[in-house]
Amino acid sequence: MAHAHVKRYSGIMDWLTTVDHKKIAILYFTAGGFFFLLGGLEALLIRLQLMYPDQHLFVGDTYNQILTMHGTTMIFLAAMPLLFGFMNAVVPLQIGARDVAFPFVNSLGFWLFFAGGVLMNTSWFLGGAPDAGWTGYAPLSTDAYTGRGTDFYVLGLQIAGIGTLIGGINFLVTIVNMRAPGMTFMRMPLFTWTSFITSTIILFAFPAITVGLVELMFDRIFNGNFFEVSKGGNVVLWQHLFWIFGHPEVYILILPAFGIISEVVSTFSKKRLFGYSSMVFATILIGFLSFMVWAHHMFTVGMGPVANAIFGIATMTIAVPTGVKIFNWLFTLWGGQIRFTTANLWAIGFIPTFVIGGMTGVMLAVPPADYQYHDSYFVIAHFHYVIVGGLIFSVFAGLYYWWPKMFGRLLNEGLGKLHFWTFFIGFHLCFFPQHFLGLMGMPRRYFTFMPGEGLDEGNFLSTIGALLMGVGTIVLLVNIVATSVKKPHAAADPWDARTLEWSIPSPAPEYNFKQTPLVRGLDAFWKEKMAGNKEMTPAEPLGPIHMPSPSILPFIMSIGLFIAGYGFMYRTFVVSIIGIGITLICMLLRSVFDDHGFHIEVEELQDKGAKA
Amino acid sequence: MSTAHHAAGALPHEPEKATLEGKNKILGFWFFLGGETVLFGTLFATFIALRNQVPEGPTAQELFNLSTVALSTFILLTSSLTSVLATMALHRHKLNALLGWMAVTVLFGLAFLGLEIYEFTEYVSEGHTFTSSAFSTSFYTLVGFHGGHVLFGVIWITLLILQGMKKGLTVVTAPKFYVAGLYWHFIDVVWVFIFTVVYLMGKVG
Repeated sequence: MAHAHVKRYSGIMDWLTTVDHKKIAILYFTAGGFFFLLGGLEALLIRLQLMYPDQHLFVGDTYNQILTMHGTTMIFLAAMPLLFGFMNAVVPLQIGARDVAFPFVNSLGFWLFFAGGVLMNTSWFLGGAPDAGWTGYAPLSTDAYTGRGTDFYVLGLQIAGIGTLIGGINFLVTIVNMRAPGMTFMRMPLFTWTSFITSTIILFAFPAITVGLVELMFDRIFNGNFFEVSKGGNVVLWQHLFWIFGHPEVYILILPAFGIISEVVSTFSKKRLFGYSSMVFATILIGFLSFMVWAHHMFTVGMGPVANAIFGIATMTIAVPTGVKIFNWLFTLWGGQIRFTTANLWAIGFIPTFVIGGMTGVMLAVPPADYQYHDSYFVIAHFHYVIVGGLIFSVFAGLYYWWPKMFGRLLNEGLGKLHFWTFFIGFHLCFFPQHFLGLMGMPRRYFTFMPGEGLDEGNFLSTIGALLMGVGTIVLLVNIVATSVKKPHAAADPWDARTLEWSIPSPAPEYNFKQTPLVRGLDAFWKEKMAGNKEMTPAEPLGPIHMPSPSILPFIMSIGLFIAGYGFMYRTFVVSIIGIGITLICMLLRSVFDDHGFHIEVEELQDKGAKA
Repeated sequence: MSTAHHAAGALPHEPEKATLEGKNKILGFWFFLGGETVLFGTLFATFIALRNQVPEGPTAQELFNLSTVALSTFILLTSSLTSVLATMALHRHKLNALLGWMAVTVLFGLAFLGLEIYEFTEYVSEGHTFTSSAFSTSFYTLVGFHGGHVLFGVIWITLLILQGMKKGLTVVTAPKFYVAGLYWHFIDVVWVFIFTVVYLMGKVG
């Protein structure tokens, strides 16, 4: 039998070789969580430097490195993997699938992201971190103005970006091809829908940054002329390439967050999501519009009034589908049996916070006004309201909501509420004053300000808020540790929830569904519960389940590119060739040796069934 | 869905889509090509923005020799035909014809690469190097990315031919041949745009 010779690993080798989407989800959460703490630490250092005027904690170049790494880490190495963590943990379960379409590629996506993130962060020990801002604008990011730090930025992001791209393709195919019988597109839970649209945006946005980074790399390493004005290059080109990726990127981040909020609000209101189909179409519309607005980041570049007006209006139209979503959440809550669990507190806290961020977004979309706001703390306040207040709040909501499904344990609700209130108050204390700091003229990215210019109080409050957010995060960590030492105790359906993932045991078994479920409507599990059934109606008889074999190749492939990255940075191209060669050889091995996988037999399933 | 229904020698008409794995692979590859389209689209955008930026070195008009490029185009488009013939052989379950047409495709690909290398060395001798101007950098990046794709395709299809000789035509190998054909068409389509945007527009635009 094929399964007889498949090696099953344990311990660290299990984690390095796993192709199980649920374990890859945990890897994403661990790595993304680590980078989130790192980025948060950098944020605290920024705020400590700006706590009082004329401070000298981190001056000039050091400050530039900290702020660049804060932005880059939070967007690419914390927010993205945390969302991929949720997509991995939840999407296959929500559509009734045993696995993702490409388990091997899924693992490769994680390891490439991790290799890129580690590569970038080793810059701290190798001559200094990137310091050209997270947007890496040319010509500042060319080798005439910044040193090796920017090479780390270019290569780290390139490697991590490839991982994200293939992860996106994996989820697209999974959602199109792997849905259980009866799970039509218009019965998919909203988190799956938003993951689907996010994956589409990833597919069409990431190649643009790939090309941008290649061009920057060619300029820096091979003396190319893309951004070299004396040879006819054009520095504004980088801004276009960066933002035609960068603006869709913020929707890549926020759409799954919308999905999480939709699930949580609906479950804890005990109501079907209000306006499900309008939610779906709003999501699609946002995905489409996300590619139409990139130049609103460049109003002050000098594109002229026509371009500015078009991009300004296009930007404002995004408020329409977003508004649809906000009202749908409110109408879902309206008249519902609301339970104020920690997950729901985060979701309810999200709504007004995100609305504030959205409104300042519309303000920024007005080009003449943007000339005043541009590069000021008003912009900082705006995007922290949408990214922390939008994305991070929903990540927390999702963590409390799906923790039992991932780990078989419920997070402590008391500590959870303490986490919510400290972080929520800290957040608003930190970022609300920054709107006014910006309007009073405080520019972003400056490492200091002078006393007596009306900026002292706002900055002091902001720092206190940041510290409070740090306290909130520590409470979350305590909660995680306190929960993980307890015995697994979570019921299969602890929240009386609505979607398929709650119809299977907590934590989900390796094969997810013993029998593929038959889906008979939107909120598939809720429909069965209302019909008096305890579990889903199976769509197939009990039979052996085919599983993919674990593989170390994704890890080695990522190490190959990691090594190649150093070769490029230190201009020793032999090392690059060796590194890329390692990756290509792994691809060859993967192609030549067929993966037969193994089977979990019926007897084994029945044993586990009895235990659950 | 199970492969067991199709005993050896009784492959379905489209063996590449006989299993869920095969279907996933083909759909995933289409998505991948969607991403590749954006990749080349971005490279084209860069090239169009910079193609007249030639402060030093020869311009496109002085440089390009359409007869060599026309020959390259002819060769590469013909290779698209042979890769279709390979896919048709796949659907008729004719392993030898499949491998044979794949081999012809590889030969055309190699001829194209040879011509491209010859063309590039000519350009370098005329002072059109990677670092001479923004035009030259964007030219070599765009055309070189395409050439790199052709090279990857040539190596990939060669290895697939070897695999086909060893493993034969099964529901596992069929999707591999099929997506390699898709890939080859894609790089041909990209070349059509390069021929138009880079060479024709460079000569007359």
